Amino acid sequence: MSTATRLRRPDDTPDSHLFPTRPYDLVKEFVVALAVITALTVVLAVAFGSPDRKAITLRDWADAAPADVVATATAELAGTSASAAYGGPYDNLSDGQKIGPLALEKWAGVHVPVDSALDLVIKPLVRGPADRALSAALATWHGAGATQRSKWAGAYGDALAAAPGNEPARVKGGTYGPVPVLATRFLALARSGGLESLLVGSDAFYSTDQTKPMLLLSDGAYLEDQARAEHLGGDQWGMMNESGNYPGQPWMWLYTFWYQVKPFSTSGNADALVWGLMMVLTLGLLLLPFIPGLRALPRHLGVHKLSWRDVRGAGTVTRQPAPPAVRRAR
Amino acid sequence: MTATKPRTDQAHREAPSWTSRTRDRVRRTVPEGQWLPDRQPVYVRSWIYVFGVATLAALLVVLATGFVLALEGSQWWHVSSLGHFVNSLHLWSVELFFACMVVHLWGKFFMAAWRGKRALTWITGVVCLLGSIGTAFTGYLSQSNFDSQWISGQAKDGLNAVGVGAFFNVLNPGQMLLWHVVLLPAVVGVLVVAHIVLVRRHGVVPPFDAVPPADATDPTTSGEATR
Repeated sequence: MSTATRLRRPDDTPDSHLFPTRPYDLVKEFVVALAVITALTVVLAVAFGSPDRKAITLRDWADAAPADVVATATAELAGTSASAAYGGPYDNLSDGQKIGPLALEKWAGVHVPVDSALDLVIKPLVRGPADRALSAALATWHGAGATQRSKWAGAYGDALAAAPGNEPARVKGGTYGPVPVLATRFLALARSGGLESLLVGSDAFYSTDQTKPMLLLSDGAYLEDQARAEHLGGDQWGMMNESGNYPGQPWMWLYTFWYQVKPFSTSGNADALVWGLMMVLTLGLLLLPFIPGLRALPRHLGVHKLSWRDVRGAGTVTRQPAPPAVRRAR
Repeated sequence: MTATKPRTDQAHREAPSWTSRTRDRVRRTVPEGQWLPDRQPVYVRSWIYVFGVATLAALLVVLATGFVLALEGSQWWHVSSLGHFVNSLHLWSVELFFACMVVHLWGKFFMAAWRGKRALTWITGVVCLLGSIGTAFTGYLSQSNFDSQWISGQAKDGLNAVGVGAFFNVLNPGQMLLWHVVLLPAVVGVLVVAHIVLVRRHGVVPPFDAVPPADATDPTTSGEATR
């Protein structure tokens, strides 16, 4: 018999119905398990409750970190925010991340179109309450070319970053066009509490899609600052946790683990690479019964002896180990 | 010639109906007596076997508490102390569900429980785990609180990077809620049923190198399908 033939030998695990049996009350086992799990659930819920930290509204953001709102609006107008030129599924201004030659993000296309300057700043200003200064600023913005717009917004963004405390009131003079008016009116709009609905759209009475408000909030620094204070940062094992001292999603530990180690922690394609790796590992787990070597691992680890400590005494017969030449992975 | 003979001949000539074929298929898949056996092979005598049933029990608690939350709507638990308590029950039953399932998975791994034509049982179990992770994840996205905001903001980059975000928008709580309460539970439910059917069909995997007594006969073919 060749080695290849031996490796392909069919699984000879006997039918479980051929073994001697003993009484076993499955229904009783289930009912007891249900009672124990229910009792444990009640005890844990009474003892620890569950976290429910209120969602951050754009008004909260504007009240707590007005300079951040102005800086974020300016970055949207300049096209320098995280969501500007993001790639799929929001726009096709970049290829997005890749796994080697696989540009999955680009290939999936634009399914949730978002123009960050237009959709996240200009449209809400147009839809909101108007006055002469704002109307003039919007007219100037619309009348300028793309290069001029980004030059104005870029210069104002740099000036904000250089100002003490990043405060708009302490920005040095410069050629910023209508951007200071647009940004400060955007802050006023956020403070009024009406920005969320203006972002979602005036024709969306029943809308549940929060893509635009969430992109805007994520572009700012305030949300991440709050998350880091709760130990939820990406380098703090991120989204497997939840606010407060709660277990969160510990079953996602392997996914978030890869973000903590090189090359993923320093790669510009980290998300795509981690997903690619997790897909391979998941496929491996799924197809474990067919992978030579790995499928034989449990036999050699010997942990099964804890579950089957008394097989002989239980009335079954243990087969003698086959000679080394014939033994193979099952 | 008797009066009944013509009817018998006629019955023999009739083609099997869809109903009888379905009944026969169900009977062949899990023979009568194996659905709820009151006996198990003698080697089934360890606490590790409890965790499969415990996972199923925890799933029922998860479904029951989720059902109550769904009755009152997605905002109820933010404004009602009773709603918040039901949410706490839902959270902790999910934690117990995953704890039991992971122990069950490791137990079956160490037993190499895919042996004896049980590969599909293993595969349905792993897909159940994946579906459950997706269901729990969309639950976190449907909470409509700070955790939902942060988790969705972080998760979008991973999903977008591989093109999934184009069809599965984690920044859309309406879409995520439907995935959480309808689509994924339906998939997990079907897979759990399939997994249990396969477990009942093949029985519990025997220990490594165990062989049945020499005089054993297969009860499923000899008519004694009581195990």
